This record gives sequence, C-alpha cells and structure tokens, in this order.
Amino acid sequence: MDAMVRELSYAQAIQEAMAIAMEMDERVFLMGEDIGVYGGAFQVTGDLVERFGTERVIDTPISELGGAGVAVGAALTGMRPIFEFQFSDFVTLAMEQIVNQAAKMRFMLGGEVSVPVVMRFPAGSGTGAAAQHSQSLEAWLGHVPGLKVIQPATPYDAKGMLLAAVADPDPVMIFEHKLLYKMKGPVPEGYYTVPIGKADIRREGRDLTIVATSIMVQKALDAAATLEAEGIDVEVVDLRTIRPMDKQTVIDSVKKTSRLMCVYEAVKTLGIGAEVSAMIAESEAFDYLDAPIVRLGGAETPIPYNPELEKATVPQVPDIITAARDLVKGVR
Amino acid sequence: MAGASKAVADSRANLPFVYRQYSAEQLKQVLYKMYLIRRFEEGAEESYMRGLIHGTMHLSIGQEASAMGICMPLGEDDQITSTHRGHGHCIAKGAEVKRMFAEFFGKTTGYCKGRGGSMHIADVAKGNLGANGIVGGGIPIAVGAALSSKMMKTGKVVVSFFGDGANNEGAFHEALNIAAVWKLPVIFVCENNGYGMSTSTARSTAVKNIADRAAAYSMPGVIVNGNIFSEVAEASYKAVERARAGEGPTLIESKTYRHRGHSKSDRNRYRTKEEIEDWMSNRDPITLFENELREFGFIDDKGIEAIRSEVAQEIADGIEFAKASPSPDVSETGNYVYTEQA
Repeated sequence: MDAMVRELSYAQAIQEAMAIAMEMDERVFLMGEDIGVYGGAFQVTGDLVERFGTERVIDTPISELGGAGVAVGAALTGMRPIFEFQFSDFVTLAMEQIVNQAAKMRFMLGGEVSVPVVMRFPAGSGTGAAAQHSQSLEAWLGHVPGLKVIQPATPYDAKGMLLAAVADPDPVMIFEHKLLYKMKGPVPEGYYTVPIGKADIRREGRDLTIVATSIMVQKALDAAATLEAEGIDVEVVDLRTIRPMDKQTVIDSVKKTSRLMCVYEAVKTLGIGAEVSAMIAESEAFDYLDAPIVRLGGAETPIPYNPELEKATVPQVPDIITAARDLVKGVR
Repeated sequence: MAGASKAVADSRANLPFVYRQYSAEQLKQVLYKMYLIRRFEEGAEESYMRGLIHGTMHLSIGQEASAMGICMPLGEDDQITSTHRGHGHCIAKGAEVKRMFAEFFGKTTGYCKGRGGSMHIADVAKGNLGANGIVGGGIPIAVGAALSSKMMKTGKVVVSFFGDGANNEGAFHEALNIAAVWKLPVIFVCENNGYGMSTSTARSTAVKNIADRAAAYSMPGVIVNGNIFSEVAEASYKAVERARAGEGPTLIESKTYRHRGHSKSDRNRYRTKEEIEDWMSNRDPITLFENELREFGFIDDKGIEAIRSEVAQEIADGIEFAKASPSPDVSETGNYVYTEQA
C-alpha cells in the first residue's frame, strides 16, 4: 500500500472512515444524538457537520428506538445510514428495531430486501460513568442471526472495518471501547477495508493462546511482553468479529499452543469466552489441549462508580499475567 | 377524473369524493378488490381449518374499506408498512392473491418463499415493505423510508398502517415526533378496530380519539369512518397531497371493526354477540360501498354478480396454485439470513 501512513487516534480513524464513505457514496449519511455541532459525545463525528451539512449529519431527538427504526427503514429503501448510539448501553432502548426488524427483515421476506445499516456503539467501562453508561453488551447482539458484530481494537482496524461495514449489504454493529478513542496508531490515508469475520494474530507465540476482544487485546499484548521475560511465549488472537466468528484462526492457534485463555470485558458468564471455549471443545483442537481453558471476564456485577472498584470489575494486565502464568505452569 | 365527460362530472357534483374523483371503471375495480380481500381471508381461514395452513393469522374481515381507501391515491412507487392484520393492505397495494396463498401455504412461490407466512407478508416490488409481527414495529421503518424519499428526492409517499394497540407503544410516539420535526412525506394510518386483542381503547388509551395524539406532534389528526370507502379515500388523498407538497405527515384514524377475533385463539369473550352482529349487518364496508355504487348508478346487480364470480374464480385458482407449488427444501433453512456474497 502506497498510501501515506499517519498516527491517528481511534476516534480520528473512525471519523476519517465516515468522511471517506460519505465522499464516495451519496447514500451514506450519519444519524445520532448530538453528532452535529456538538460533534458527538466522544467527538467522533467532530466537525463532519461542517463538511457535509446538517442534511447528511443529522441530529436525532433523544429517541433511540425511533431513531434506530428510522435508520433501518432508510437502509431498507436504498440509503446507507451510519447510526451512532451515544452510549452502547442505550441499545437496550432500541433492541426491538435491531433484533426483530433489522436482523430478520431479509430472512422474513425471503431474500427480497437487505438492510445495509451500520450502528456504532461506544462501549465499556473505565470512564467513571457508572452502571448505566459502562456496559459491554456486544454478546447480546452477537446472539442474533442476521446481524454482524465487530469490535475493532486498533485505529487501523477501526477505519478499515467501518469502511467494510458500510460496504456490507447486511446490518453491522460496531462496538467501540470508549477508552480506545484516544489510542493512537498507524492509519493509511484513503480507502481500504479490513474484512469482517477475520480474526488477527497480533502476536505469535508457542505456549498459550489468548483470544481477546477490543481493549483487552492491548492488555493481553502488554501482559505478553511481561511474560516473555519469564520465558512464557504468548500468542494473542484479536477476535475482531464476534459474529460471524473466525473459528479457524482460533482453532489453528490452539492446536499450536495447546492452551487457551479468553479475555474480554463483558460479564464473564454466558459471554464470548463461553462461546470460544465451547467452540474449541467441539473442535479438533480439543485433543491438543494440555490444560483446562481459562476465561477472564467482567465481574458478575454492574459496573461501579468508585474508580478502584471499577477497575476491579474488569480484567487488568496483572490479572492476565497471573492467570497466564498459572495456566502455563500448570497451577490450574 | 379519467374517462368521465363534463356532463358526467356535472351529474356527480353532489356525490361523495370518490364518485367525483374516480372513473366508474376504477370504482368497480375497488369493489372487486374489496371482495378479493374478503374472499382471500375467508379462503385462508378455511384452508387453516382444513390444516393446509399452520401457525396463526389475523383477519381483517370488516376493515376492507380502510385498506382500499388509504391505498386509493397511492401510486405503485409509493410505499407502505403494514401490520399483523395486513392481508388487506397487501392486496390493496397490488399483490397477487395466488402468491399470498402460496406464502401462507409455506411454498417457494410465496412472496417470502415460505419464510414469512401471514405475519410477514410483503410485496416489495409493489411497495409493500412488509407486515410486521411487532405492534408498532413498522412505524419507525416507514419514517425511515420517508427519509429516503426526501433525501433521494424520489417523491415517494410512505403510509404506515398500524392498529389502535400501537398507539400506546413508544415507537409510535418517537416516530411521529421525528416525522413531524423533519417534515417527512409519511402518513400514519391508525386502523382503530376498537380492541388491542381483548383490551378496548377505552380501557387502554387516555385520549378519546387516537387522532387527538396528532396535536402533540403538530400534525393534522383526521378521523374518518373507516367503513365508508369514500371517506377514507378522501382523507388519504388530502394527506398524500400534503406529503407530496413537502408539508409533512398526517395522522388518520380510521374507525372500523374486525368481524373475526384477534387471531385463531380468540373466544370473543370481551365483546357481545350483539355488537359483532350490529357491525356485520349494519356497517359492513363492502355492503355500504356496493349500495352506494348501485344507488349512484355506477353498477347494477348483474355487474356485482360478475365481480363476485370473477373473485371466486381468482381465489379458487390462487388456492390451487398454492397447493401445487413446491415447498422449500430443508437444506435451504439457512438461506437469506445474510446476503449471499458472490
């Protein structure tokens, strides 16, 4: 790729992707709460309203169900809306339109229509926003056939996967961890896509596979750097897409390392870790396992306000290091 | 007034709206379609009783004038979203009954290739974006379709049908507000048949008329007798004109009645036999329209008989088509979940 590569933040990368999508295709437009002159609660849309006008960067009333439904209806009839939820928690107000309508429309109508809507969800804890503004609900949507659910972990992927989502004929839900918005990384100029449904091996290793999502990818890489000094060689698989899941990449990795740990911020029970673990247990990789599978997920509580408690409810780098060490040394 | 001479037009000057607006041929076609809706639903009900259709269905028998009146001023490019009680809307918007029967029979020749059934019947080519199993589910979608129309400057008008039950859903209120704020070319049509399943509007709804809700969203709220075709068509015509002129949405409350129960499980314990009998005998929309057509000289008994027998034939042919059509193969269960990528 000849395109010039710059350091952009995750938020800037998303903004650039949306601008490119709107420049390329007049059907693409943005909808959401306070995404116009305000620039979005996390400044992801930023100044796009100045470039594209209020007709394509549309502030909605505080009506998540109605707004999501309007986006679904517009997508159904030829437009390419990108709908921003102010916080992913507010998906609870719009589940009807996403789960019953967007996800099933093509199926229910025997393939006569498609719903190319993109929805963006600022997710996760770590901002002191407490229990109703800090959840990780991606597995809820990951449970629904008809949706595609992605969690880009880097600025590069955030841009490329958003552009892939806009080009996708089906509804794509993007969960963006709020703490990633300021993370910087190399991002090429211009148009490129990162495929939906493909995991990425962020770090190769021989002793242990860590399957991580979103912000946990960086935490797993940080843990892997420390563990390397102890002689533990960790492979980090960034799942990137939770539906449809790239099973083969995970299976191949586990066959190589013989150990699996899943690290994710959402509540541990009934989550992505359970799915990945079960998938491995059902696969040929099961015979390669030298140790029980380990899941590190969020605590079985709402996210608390107090910063120390808040940190304690989700896996941190030392937790990953300890769990990985125990797993490789056979403590578990 | 296609086909009507000036002399004819003058002679109709004092008649209700549709008799001034449409040709005799068009009005006879309306009667044909009202019968088609009625007989389609009777045919579907009978097929259900005979075990040819499974699941459930929600019949709109008694509401035919509402579906036909609202769709009368719409063009083929205009769009609708429909409801669980949507067979009439589908036919009124131009669907073929044979493909509807095929869908109900779960066949590949059905509008949804047997994946949707009665509750998701759609005919996208004719602008029917689909019935909906969720009360109020189609309302925001219609607003989105209207947003597409405005952004793409297609001039399309979108009608969202829903029942009285939907007027207490959040989606109704959010969608009406958005449509009004953005002045979108959408018409909200509440077919108030008096009951959300068993619960009467008196017990469920704080306002006397659902059209009163329009005031909260600064749009016209119009009440029509949903069993009088001309009244419904006139209100729809005005709302369509307003929408096309860029003046924004209208809420039409079409007061009507379903002769049958809510669905196939209904024992009709929440309303009296006398009430049902009154609506069937004295306010049947087909009888009312037919009487007007005859009275105003648009049709005679022979013409009515011809329509009835043509409809009967189309229904019989439709059922035969559905019976003879193939079922989808079980190996195709996973089709259409996602768009097939080349």
